[in-house]
Amino acid sequence: MALLEIKDLHAKVGDREILKGIDLSINAGEVHAIMGPNGSGKSTLAQVLAGRELYQVTGGQVLYEGKDLLELSPEDRAREGIFLAFQYPVEIPGVSNMYFLKAALNTVRKSRGLAELDAMDFLNLVREKMKLMDMDQALLNRPVNTGFSGGEKKRNEIFQMAVLEPRLAVLDETDSGLDIDALRTVAGGVNALRSPERSMIVVTHYQRLLNYIVPDFVHVLAEGRIAKSGGKELAVELEASGYAGLGIYDEEEAVGKA
Amino acid sequence: MTAVVEQTSAWLASFTQQPSAAPWLEELRDAGFRSFAGLGFPTTHEEEWRFTNVAPIARTTFELAAPGSGVGLAAVQDSIRIVFVNGRPANLPQRLPKGVQVGTFSGDPDGVQQHLAQYARYQDEAFVALNTAFLGDGAYVRIARGSVVEQPIELVYLTGPSAQPVVTHPRALVIVGAGAQCTLLERYEGPDDTVYFTNAVTEIVAAEGAIVDSYKLQLEGRGAFHVATLQAQLGRSANFSANSISLGGALVRNNVNAVLSEGTEATLNGLYLVNGGQHVDNHTTVDHAKPHGTSHELYKGILNGKASAVFNGRILVRKDAQKTDSKQTNKNLVLSDEAVIHTKPELQIFADDVRCTHGATIGQLDGEALFYMQSRGIGKKEARNLLTYAFAQDIIDRVRMLSLRDSLEKILFERFHENAG
Repeated sequence: MALLEIKDLHAKVGDREILKGIDLSINAGEVHAIMGPNGSGKSTLAQVLAGRELYQVTGGQVLYEGKDLLELSPEDRAREGIFLAFQYPVEIPGVSNMYFLKAALNTVRKSRGLAELDAMDFLNLVREKMKLMDMDQALLNRPVNTGFSGGEKKRNEIFQMAVLEPRLAVLDETDSGLDIDALRTVAGGVNALRSPERSMIVVTHYQRLLNYIVPDFVHVLAEGRIAKSGGKELAVELEASGYAGLGIYDEEEAVGKA
Repeated sequence: MTAVVEQTSAWLASFTQQPSAAPWLEELRDAGFRSFAGLGFPTTHEEEWRFTNVAPIARTTFELAAPGSGVGLAAVQDSIRIVFVNGRPANLPQRLPKGVQVGTFSGDPDGVQQHLAQYARYQDEAFVALNTAFLGDGAYVRIARGSVVEQPIELVYLTGPSAQPVVTHPRALVIVGAGAQCTLLERYEGPDDTVYFTNAVTEIVAAEGAIVDSYKLQLEGRGAFHVATLQAQLGRSANFSANSISLGGALVRNNVNAVLSEGTEATLNGLYLVNGGQHVDNHTTVDHAKPHGTSHELYKGILNGKASAVFNGRILVRKDAQKTDSKQTNKNLVLSDEAVIHTKPELQIFADDVRCTHGATIGQLDGEALFYMQSRGIGKKEARNLLTYAFAQDIIDRVRMLSLRDSLEKILFERFHENAG
């Protein structure tokens, strides 16, 4: 059984239909890249999987571990092991990164039948994962993402993923706005988390990220459907000839991308 | 006019039934009552009371709360505590650090007389007038010149249960000498099942270079009316803060008035939490009377249920007060569709070389932040609580009195979890 099975998924925001029938099957341990021009629906797919209410699912089905994913609240999806690394991580003034992460980890652990971590065990875990992401420990005591640079925010996303250990990670344009050093660090963090049990969906506009996170499959999204699927060589082909080479063009920026 | 006469005549009876006092106090009482009789209770036709209707106070017949005893009240370590029971000081600290004097008005008539009722405007404010009309043996605190008092000085105002509506008129006077430093906490508490009215006035006089950190924790009972005026008269280069935390009561009006001298620095912070049918009105006045004064003001409100709140921040920069630097901010978090907030800055600037900024916001919980938290496994209710608590966080962070900060964190944490449940 596939870990994630998306069948003929349709979704809209307001009156605008963005996903027009997505079919995708992901097995445990696989990394799937989803590429496509602006407005093709990549981010929408990522947000729909995480349960963002802004998007209304109008048809189709998503099965996660054989269960109907769309029935679950966003928090229940997270507890079941789904993680979305945000394209634009949200700033939360007044809530410290440490408190936030501890609350998140302990609810996720509780739902998995594990005991809550005490302060010391939590700190040890967090220190280890921060090292992996080459992050300054001082960020722990700052409010969530508040005043973080673009690179710090993206690292913080992957750091959270490392702490929460999801079964299915969805990375939404995690490469956008990163310089090459930050990209390497982020990709290194992601690669360290690859395992036979963990699957990933890597959403990206550019092929560059896929030099560092090498996918098992590449899908090209256009106008809300998967236009082409292939192995990692498809990304290289796209790099050479561009989306236009496949007869795919940018759509106008999707509404409510945020 | 008839209405005013009716309202005030009900108070006349209890005014005349007061036990007699020293002649100078009786004189003040008479002046207070004369003023109150002329003014009557304010109505919503008056700009200062436009959004706060005190008719429920005006039409209730209150008895003067019987003097209570402070017996059995636990002494607290590491603080200097004065306990008012039913409006009168019932418990005074036995041991005091050097440089601190505490007593009732009758204990130091000459010292008190110099300052009492010199600052809070009974002449044109009805509730101050009413408090002055019922002046009795209030409490004074005096900090000697140059004394640095580490322990906080607490004034606790308790109202006991009663079958009939009762009123108290607590009065305190705090005199801080030049270069002295102290921390003050005023705490108001009462039963949930009694209709009572706390009509309080506190005057603070801080001499040149004094440093005064003052806090008010309003935890009145659910049925309480609470009208209080904090009047601060601040000397040259004094540094003063007033932090008003308003959590209880049914109908509440907090007045904080500060008059600044040359180079005075004043900080006014406030936090109000309203729920159910509560109404809380915060009126502040910062009077920049002399040059080079600085004032910073941050008030934050969290509104839920059908509650309503008012913030009115008056900044007066007089003609002489050049180089004034003043900043005022009011932020509100509205959690329900039915809650109402009225916020108004009121700047009156008569000097030409000043910097005055003000801003007000009214908002809801950030939907993006909620989803972000949920996407990490945090339940929606808990996420809402966390964000609500975070909104109040910067006011709590500004509380320098550690024991108060701890208890506030605890109270707010419990409050937000109770709301969610």
